[in-house]
Amino acid sequence: MEFAELIKTPRADNVVLHRPFHAAVEGTLCLTGHHLIFSSRRHDNTEELWLLHSNIDSCEKRFVGSLGTIVIKCKDLRIIQLDIPGMEECLNIASSIEVLSTLDSVTLLYPFFYRPMFEVLEDGWRSFLPDQEFELLSSATDEWRLSCINKEFSVCPSYPPVVIVPKCITDEELRKVAMFRHGSRFPVLSYYHRKNGMIMMRSSQPLTGTNGRRCKEDEKLINASLRPGKRGYIIDTRSLNVAQQARAKGGGFEQEVHYPQWRRIHKGIERFNILQESLIKLVEACNDQSHNMDRWLSKLEASNWLTHVKEILTTACLAAQCIDREGASVLVHGTEGTDSTLQVTSLAQIILDPRCRTIRGFESLVVREWLQAGHPFQQRCAQSAYSNSKQKWEAPVFLLFLDCVWQILRQFPCSFEFNEQFLIMLFEHAYASQFGTFLGNSESERAKLKLPQKTMSLWSWVNRKEELSKFQNPIYEANSLVIWPAVAPQSLQLWAGVFLRWNRPSQYLEEAQEEMVKIIKYNKELQDKVKVLRRHLAEMEAAERVQGHL
Amino acid sequence: QVEQVKLLDRFSTSNKSVTGTLYLTATHLLFIDSSQKETWILHHHIAAVEKLPLTTSGCPLVIQCKNFRIVHFVVPRERDCHDIYNSLLQLSKTAKYEELYAFSYNPKQNESEQVKGWQLIDLAEEYKRMGVPNAYWQLSDANRDYKICETYPKELYVPRTASKPIIVGSSKFRSKGRFPVLSYYHKNKEAAICRCSQPLSGFSARCLEDEHMLQAISKANPSNRYMYVMDTRPKLNAMANRAAGKGYENEDNYSNIRFQFVGIENIHVMRSSLQKLLEVSGTRGLSVNDFLSGLENSGWLRHIKAVVDAAVFLVKAIAVESASVLVHCSDGWDRTSQVCSLGALLLDSYYRTIKGFMVLIEKDWISFGHKFSDRCCQLDGDPKEISPVFTQFLECVWNLTEQFPQAFEYNEVFLLQIHEHVHSCQFGNFLGNCEKEREELKVKEKTYSLWPFLLAEQKKYRNPLYNPDFLPELTLLEPNTVSFNFKFWRNMYHQFDRSMHPRQSVLNLIMNLSEQNKQLEEDIKELEAKIKQRNGQSDVVLVKEHQQSAHPAPVALKTPPCFKKEQPPIPGNDAVRTIEGSNTADNRYSELVSEFSKAEPAVVSLEYGVARMTC
Repeated sequence: MEFAELIKTPRADNVVLHRPFHAAVEGTLCLTGHHLIFSSRRHDNTEELWLLHSNIDSCEKRFVGSLGTIVIKCKDLRIIQLDIPGMEECLNIASSIEVLSTLDSVTLLYPFFYRPMFEVLEDGWRSFLPDQEFELLSSATDEWRLSCINKEFSVCPSYPPVVIVPKCITDEELRKVAMFRHGSRFPVLSYYHRKNGMIMMRSSQPLTGTNGRRCKEDEKLINASLRPGKRGYIIDTRSLNVAQQARAKGGGFEQEVHYPQWRRIHKGIERFNILQESLIKLVEACNDQSHNMDRWLSKLEASNWLTHVKEILTTACLAAQCIDREGASVLVHGTEGTDSTLQVTSLAQIILDPRCRTIRGFESLVVREWLQAGHPFQQRCAQSAYSNSKQKWEAPVFLLFLDCVWQILRQFPCSFEFNEQFLIMLFEHAYASQFGTFLGNSESERAKLKLPQKTMSLWSWVNRKEELSKFQNPIYEANSLVIWPAVAPQSLQLWAGVFLRWNRPSQYLEEAQEEMVKIIKYNKELQDKVKVLRRHLAEMEAAERVQGHL
Repeated sequence: QVEQVKLLDRFSTSNKSVTGTLYLTATHLLFIDSSQKETWILHHHIAAVEKLPLTTSGCPLVIQCKNFRIVHFVVPRERDCHDIYNSLLQLSKTAKYEELYAFSYNPKQNESEQVKGWQLIDLAEEYKRMGVPNAYWQLSDANRDYKICETYPKELYVPRTASKPIIVGSSKFRSKGRFPVLSYYHKNKEAAICRCSQPLSGFSARCLEDEHMLQAISKANPSNRYMYVMDTRPKLNAMANRAAGKGYENEDNYSNIRFQFVGIENIHVMRSSLQKLLEVSGTRGLSVNDFLSGLENSGWLRHIKAVVDAAVFLVKAIAVESASVLVHCSDGWDRTSQVCSLGALLLDSYYRTIKGFMVLIEKDWISFGHKFSDRCCQLDGDPKEISPVFTQFLECVWNLTEQFPQAFEYNEVFLLQIHEHVHSCQFGNFLGNCEKEREELKVKEKTYSLWPFLLAEQKKYRNPLYNPDFLPELTLLEPNTVSFNFKFWRNMYHQFDRSMHPRQSVLNLIMNLSEQNKQLEEDIKELEAKIKQRNGQSDVVLVKEHQQSAHPAPVALKTPPCFKKEQPPIPGNDAVRTIEGSNTADNRYSELVSEFSKAEPAVVSLEYGVARMTC
């Protein structure tokens, strides 16, 4: 397919662009295979807006006479309006945008065409390999091994080729456990807590069904993570009701009789369309500036977004608490183990492990606990808050995770190496990107698409000095402690940086941020200067003394 | 003194507590726990004491404070509890002004310091700063002996063309005699904010003097021939007042006025709104949706937004249309004070400085007779007179500081501290209901002014991001009043519930850094001077050096005094005022450890009401 066939009107002049809090500008609109480009030349001031087609969530057109108007709503929640003179041009452009923003084939997406303008110093595809992670682990414990059982993705299609499992479990046993778990997602190591040697594993639900099937190998596997005489906690991210219902469909949960050393806790983290609906309602509420206070608060409440945030954070705190305070091992799962499970395991690590609060550590966490762990990004992030598609598999699971991270970041502003912009950047790239990192639904799909060979990794771009400086938190001070966030409703806030980003003037807030950075930088300069001067003075004094002695 | 008293954590689901000793002094209730941490509660701050039914561990006593602190004690013996309860009831309710803390508080200042303290804020000076008296406005001595209006100050500014008979006539037509006077004068626009109470218009009454008065105000503004009259009440309330012979201005009777209702609710609505808000925020194990719906049902943020919206309307009339505005409500001391002071704050950057904010409060709240005593329940009085009108004003200002982080010289702590002292009755400023009362109480001789004390510790109250050139002088601050810009003020309503706040505070950190920067700048100057001196006087030094070598102290081991400053800054150790911890010790991690190790084996409770494990 040629993109040119889809673009009947590649260019339109005298187009007027409207954005909230900006004056309208007139300019030229161009459509390319992957971008919508608007450029305006006023005097010597050229302004350009580049929008990836894949970032467009919905596109509406309407006419007043022969003046057409296209309203474009993006996955990053921005809304722009283009006034295009000429009915035909407008129709052509609108239909091109519709087709180009909903291409079926992954390989037609921009990452397969993108050629980086920067020098690649480090191939992001190779930055975070499981072997490195295992090396770190084996310096602390020898109870675990790297298993290549899933080499050809033959045992579990949504797992990476290598996984970390208890040493005493053979690959043969793993195969049997895989048969007993939903989607073959057998329990694997997610996190090792160096402080006390406790571990967190994740998996999918066991396939106990209605007649209470059991699997000796499964019991052996998860018991292998326990210290002698110790008990562990199974955190089921579903409510007891939902878990019980799952039995009718062949799923289920670990029975006390078969897992006597484990205590099961049910939490109710929502999934799928409930989350998507929640996002749609929230964005709707945020975008309507005319709401009076009562209406705004009731819409915010009705969206349930912050309820989800609280529930996820609470469950993550619980998992972290079991590990750090109770000194117990933890197994986390829901149904498939690809959504709420990952929210919980990754957030628990942010709470527990200072390494995850660094930029590189957080990237590694996203790779490990989301990409390699098989969170179906392509399905979940296919559409955002404005689309009418309403597919069951679309859900802002990753955005909710980022929101939770932001809540913790707000409460511990000095404990993270990255800033809010870093989280917003990840949100944007998960939904639309020039990089291949978030394409595909699992490592096996990524391998089939040959993404590492054919596309650029987001990490190759982010981890360059120029980019990193934008994402660094100026007040970061490494904090080796476990950080317990408050989850009272009064302590949670709406993530304005994402949800109100396009709806409020941000100039003053940004200026204040700059001023803050200035104070910090100035402080460093002064400190350095004092040091230099003091050394200088000491040297002079020493020299004088030598002279004096002579 | 009662020993073995338990202090319960307000939000903990596992009833965790600390044990200590409770002391009752003449002015304070003091609790010292086993780790010697002290909790001081001023008797005047106590809003309510409640004895709950006896439990197995003792007799629970809940104390609610006006600064939104809630403490929950468990006293082992019921008799002790009953005694404390009765004592507190008596001590927290004062019958006479003379018994208030301010009259016994002695900060060890001498008399001249006390006098100077009271002179710190000079309102005559303030009117001069605004540019009055001038060709259009003059100081009137009509109220010299509080004869025309008891609740107004003596010194009032009125249009030059308003003669005494007009003033007297107008005051007779206004509720409580509160006739239209100048509150703020905008030099550049030559427009004025004036304030008064409602007219006694009933259904048809008119008053020529009052009409003249308004015309005089209108004419005192050469740049605009019409003026606005803002009735800050909801229209329905104003209309209802007509039946009682009060009401609002009839546009037909007054020439060139534009009349506008802005719909801020009355003190009773505000009181019950706050009550609802506190009920919601005080709930244990609150869900997000219960919180949000509770917040909505309380109407609190709606009221806050209404006040800011009214102020925005006011300042647009002045800044955009150069029109003067007359603001009133019923008596002109609650909503009118809110709107006038907030309007001036938006118009004039002076009020966004520490000193300027003090002036603003002295002018629009204290001098114009906001009834602090009644509204804050300083004396045991009518509970229906209590209302959080001033608290709302502070909250509006806080919301503005959130939107304009660089526009204000003061920070949130300053607002909270003022709120604290409005209720503490420790200083004379807020005592009584009006100037006349304070004069009779001889407040200036017998008590101290709050402002010099705040100024002395202004380091704590400075906004490190403040930029004095944020906007050109007398440029309007234009807040965005879309609903989502108004947030629940956690640091006010949960000031003492530390578990709810961020564990690290950016504000504290930046405050410390900018303080440190100043010190470092000085160090550099000092060091440079020393180096310069050495360069210039190397010969002299040589001689000196001989003498020094007689008692050699190795330079390398000597720590220069400035080295100390390189250590991480320690935030203010004033435990009561530190809202957010910025160092690890403040983060309560150590406390957490002991908490969790105590947890029973079957039930695991998370800190901060997080979760309960159900097995």
